Amino acid sequence: MASSSASHIVSTRNSVIDLAQMKLREVNQLLHDTDHGDFLIRNSRGAHSLACGLDGDMSVTIDGHVGYYCAGMNKRASVTVNGNAGTGLAENMMSGRVHVKGDASQSAGATGCGGLLIVDGNASARCGIALRGLDIVVKGSVGHMSAFMAQAGNLVVLGDTGDALGDSLYEARLFVRGAVKSLGADCVQKEMRDEHKIALRKLLDATGANADVSEFRRYGSARNLYHFHVDNAGQY
Amino acid sequence: MCGIVGLFLKNQSLQGDLGRLTSLMLRELCDRGPDSAGFAVYGAETTGATKICMVNRGGAVDWHAVARQLGAATGADVSVETVEDHAIFRTSGAGDTARKWLIDNVPAAYVLSQGQSIEIFKGVGDPAAIVTRLDLEHRSGTHAIGHTRMATESAVTVAGSHPFSTGDDTCLVHNGSLSNHNRLREQLMRRGERFQTENDSEVAAAYLASRMRAGDTLEGALTNGLRDLDGFYTFVVGTRDGFAVIRDPVACKPAVIAETDDWVAMASEYRAIAPLPGAAQARIWEPAPATVYAWSRAA
Repeated sequence: MASSSASHIVSTRNSVIDLAQMKLREVNQLLHDTDHGDFLIRNSRGAHSLACGLDGDMSVTIDGHVGYYCAGMNKRASVTVNGNAGTGLAENMMSGRVHVKGDASQSAGATGCGGLLIVDGNASARCGIALRGLDIVVKGSVGHMSAFMAQAGNLVVLGDTGDALGDSLYEARLFVRGAVKSLGADCVQKEMRDEHKIALRKLLDATGANADVSEFRRYGSARNLYHFHVDNAGQY
Repeated sequence: MCGIVGLFLKNQSLQGDLGRLTSLMLRELCDRGPDSAGFAVYGAETTGATKICMVNRGGAVDWHAVARQLGAATGADVSVETVEDHAIFRTSGAGDTARKWLIDNVPAAYVLSQGQSIEIFKGVGDPAAIVTRLDLEHRSGTHAIGHTRMATESAVTVAGSHPFSTGDDTCLVHNGSLSNHNRLREQLMRRGERFQTENDSEVAAAYLASRMRAGDTLEGALTNGLRDLDGFYTFVVGTRDGFAVIRDPVACKPAVIAETDDWVAMASEYRAIAPLPGAAQARIWEPAPATVYAWSRAA
């Protein structure tokens, strides 16, 4: 399957890729065949699985809206979307940076292990579901069931959250500046200690978010549902 | 899965392009629903005439003979236009009477829609081929909704294809599945609703029709549906002068809405909106769970 795609590379510096001229698989293969360079992708038109599985110190800018699973499994690369992203943005991301300048649909950053995911607009339901170490900063609001069963990493929300934030949460940290519609089972508000303020400041600075740490509240796990206890049966 | 699209034109000068634009949208969603497809087009109305669309069940039907018999039985002027395996009857009589007579007396065909504006067409097979065969490209009108189906709850048949009629000039397309449709179908049958399939989406359509017949507004019927319809859904409901979108409270089934000065479009995925003129500059958002979004010419 490793076909003729390498021949499309004129230069790995400032390469322009036109999805109206190349097939999606060719584009992804081209990005897999290199581990450095700057790429600009045009005419994305909501295409699915764009810039997935990258593993290199490259920079990819997508000039338009993308479909499902953009930048999934991303490792080291920096991916910027000048538009909105569909379901499963940066799913299972390992490292690197993914930045969406518009909104993201459901399950953004799902199961992410590491790196930084930034959404300038809103992210809808289940943002950061099963988070495992990725840091997510959403400058707008997030939908219901965000950070469901999140194990590690940080979810920072500058706007509001939907229902059931952090349901069945493990050890991920949630920072919210706006209103929380409701908390999920076993998720509670916790004290903002200095270590949390420092960590949050670092994340805000990394994303260029102009926000005061003192405006945020921290939420975490009450740790009552870690092990089955019959008194908690109704909570599961 | 399943793919759904809706296009509502705000700029009247685009009405001649409605079918072409809707077909571009539907073709993008073939792989979300490769087994069947259908569409409803809201087009020209003739004063005093109700249109009834039918499709045969696979065998030939003498549509002109049906038109004559319908006219004689109901004492109305009836004409018929045929399009492939479909027929569009125009009657000067009451739509409900004609629909009932056609269901009872033409077992070789299904009734798809009734109303002054609506025309529904559907088929089984590759959606792109259906769109071409039934000539969606050249249809004009004010708004349209369409569906590509990946069957989950019932058989792949022309009758099981969407949209489903929900009464005069209204219809429904559905992405998702309902879990309480059998019991609800029984309740609705006891209230006099007529069913032509085992399909869960037809039950949702009949539910909305029943609520609206009992006095609910469309928005009221959809809000009541949040309580009475158990399952996953994104619905688009076409009405004589617009359409409405609603997602269930869990909102697993996708939907995206885009609006420009010229049109409002809804689709399962953005890529179906991308071919529309000005899509890149449109205001785009994801409809919130359990919230009714509606557009109409009246508003």
